[in-house]
Amino acid sequence: MSDQGTYIKRPNRPLQIYAMVFLFVLYLPILFIPMFSFNDSIYVRFPLQGFTFQWYGELWNRQPVWNALWNSVKVGAVVAVISTILGVVAARAITRYRMPGKSALVTFIMMPLVIPGIIFGVALLVLMSRMGVPLSLYTVTLGHLIVCLPFAVATLLPRFEGFDPSMEEASADLGENGWWTFWRVTFPMVMPGVVASLLLTFTISFDEFIMAFFLTGTDPTLPMYIWGQLRFPQEFPSVLALSSLILFVSFILVFVAQWIGRLGLDKDT
Amino acid sequence: MTTSDGFISIRHVNKFFGSFQAIEDVSMNIGQGEFFSLLGASGCGKTTLLRMLAGFESTSSGEIYIDGQPTSDVPPHHRPVNMVFQSYAIFPHLNVRDNIAYGLRKQKLPKAKRDEMVEEMLELIKLPGYGQRKATELSGGQRQRIALARALILRPKVLLLDEPLGALDKQLREQMQLELRALQRQVGITFVFVTHDQEEALTLSDRIAVMSGGKVLQVDTPAGLYETPKTREVASFIGNMNFFQGTVRRNGAAMGAVETEGLGHIPVPLDQLTKPDGAPVQVALRPEKFELSPTRPEGALHAVEGRLSNAAYLGERSHYYVSIAGKDQPIAVSTQNLGRMTGAPDISGDAPMWLSWAPEAIVILDADETG
Repeated sequence: MSDQGTYIKRPNRPLQIYAMVFLFVLYLPILFIPMFSFNDSIYVRFPLQGFTFQWYGELWNRQPVWNALWNSVKVGAVVAVISTILGVVAARAITRYRMPGKSALVTFIMMPLVIPGIIFGVALLVLMSRMGVPLSLYTVTLGHLIVCLPFAVATLLPRFEGFDPSMEEASADLGENGWWTFWRVTFPMVMPGVVASLLLTFTISFDEFIMAFFLTGTDPTLPMYIWGQLRFPQEFPSVLALSSLILFVSFILVFVAQWIGRLGLDKDT
Repeated sequence: MTTSDGFISIRHVNKFFGSFQAIEDVSMNIGQGEFFSLLGASGCGKTTLLRMLAGFESTSSGEIYIDGQPTSDVPPHHRPVNMVFQSYAIFPHLNVRDNIAYGLRKQKLPKAKRDEMVEEMLELIKLPGYGQRKATELSGGQRQRIALARALILRPKVLLLDEPLGALDKQLREQMQLELRALQRQVGITFVFVTHDQEEALTLSDRIAVMSGGKVLQVDTPAGLYETPKTREVASFIGNMNFFQGTVRRNGAAMGAVETEGLGHIPVPLDQLTKPDGAPVQVALRPEKFELSPTRPEGALHAVEGRLSNAAYLGERSHYYVSIAGKDQPIAVSTQNLGRMTGAPDISGDAPMWLSWAPEAIVILDADETG
C-alpha cells in the first residue's frame, strides 16, 4: 500500500524535526545518568575520567541495596496483582453494565492521575497516624495501589471495549455459567491487557517515590534508599549506577507492556 | 393453560425496555422440526423475541414453553437451545476444533470421542480438515459454518439463528441459504430464524411470522403470506402489491363481486369475501398477476385499458407502470422477459395498453384504517 500520495500521510519535515528535538530535550538529562555511572571518578563533572564498572561492583556487594530491592519487588508485585484484579473488575463493570453516572465514575477512577502525589501522600499519612496504623511496607503498598489503579483501568478498558459482548453470550448459550465463561472466554481474550497492566503497575510502583516518602516505615524501597544515599557525596556514583539499572529495567518493562497491550487489538475482525 | 399445541409455545409475551414496548402480546406456536422465520424491519422486535428464546432477555409478562417446559426461570446456559449469532461470536483465542467443541466440556467425553464428534461436524458443514485452523484465519462464510457446527454439536432442541447470512455477499448468501435448508432437513432440528430479508424468509421457511412494531401481523406459510396476506402491511412488506379501494357488491354469481376503483365491478373469490354488501374493502393484486397486451385480450373476462407511464428493464423481468382512468396511482405490472428484449420499452408513445388478470389472484383486505 502506498501512503505517499495521500494528503494526511504525506511526510511532514518540520514536524519530524520538532519530534526529534522534543525527544532529545526530554531524554538528554536522563542520558547523563548512565553516562556518569561508568565514569571513573566520584565527581560528576566533565571531562569524563575513564570507563569503569567499579560503581556497579560496589552496589553488588552492598546488603542494604539488596534489602531495598527486595522490598520494592515485594511491594511492586503485590500492587501489580491487586491493582490489576481491581482494574479487571472495574473495566468489566464499566463496559458491561448500564448504570447511572458511569462517566462520572470513570472520571473518579482516573482522578489520582491528576491529583498531586504529595497531597495524596500527606492525606494518607494523616489518615494512617489517626488510625494508629504504623508505617510499613503495607502502607506503602496501599499508597501505590491508589497511584496504580488508574493505570490498570486505563490499560484494561480498551481491551474490554474492543470485546464483542456476544462472545460471552455465546459461551452462556453453549452451556457455561458466568464463572466458566469468565475463565474460558473473557480472561483469555483480555489476557494481553492483563499482562500489560501487571508490567505497567509493577514498574510504576517500583519507581514511585512520593507516596513511599510519606508512607515508608523502617524498610526503605529502592527509590527511598537512593534518596537516603544522596546525603553522602562519596556514594553518588553508586547511586547513579543504581539509577541507571532502574531506568533500564523500567524502560524494558514499559515497552514490553505497551507491546503486549496492543497485541491483536489492531487486527481484530 | 395448554402447552401441547406447539413444540415452542409463546403465550401472551410482552417486553418493556423502560417505557418502550419492544414486544406486544405475542402468541404463537412453532412445531417440532419446523424451519420458522421471524421476519420484519429492524426494530420490529424479532431479535428481542429470539433473545428471549435463548434466555438473554426476560419476558416482562407471558410465558415461553419449549418442549412443554416453561422457561422463565431457566438461565441461558441451561436451556436446550443454541444460537448462531449475527456476528458469529467465534472465539478468537481458540482454533476451529476448540470452538466447535466448546460446549462439550460438561459432557466429560474422552478426547477421542470428542475429536470424532468435531470431525463429524466438520464433515457436516463441508470444512473437513479445518480443525487446527485459527479462528482469525477464516472467511465470513467459514465463520458462519463454524458457528453452526458449534451450536449443532450439542444437539439442541431448537437452533436460533440471528440474521446469520446478513454479513455475507449476495452469491455466498444464496449458496448458504440452500445449504442451510438442506442442513436443517438433515439434522431435523427446529430452526428459528430471524431475518429482515423477505426473499430469504420465503426461500428458507416452512412458516414465517411477520412482525412490526413489536406485534405479530401474520403467521403463515411462504405461499400463504404471499398469495393471501391478511393486512395491507403484510402485503406490502412481502413483495409488491397494487391496492384499489372498493365496495362489496355481491351479485349472486358463483363469485362475489366488488365495485373497484378504476377496475369497475369485478368478480372476486368467494372465500376472500367476508364483508357484508356495501362494506368498504381494499382490493389487492400483485404486479405479476396482470397480463399486459397492446390490444384487448381475447376471452379475458375482465380487462381495463390504460396508458404506459413508466417502465424499467431489470434483466429477467421488466416493470411497467400503467395509468388507468379513475385511479390516481399507476398500476405496477411485472412481466417476465421471455423473448429477447431490447431494453426498457418506449414509453413516449400514446398507445393504449390492456391489463387483464385472473379473478382468483385477487386478495380482499379490510379497508385501510390509516387512509
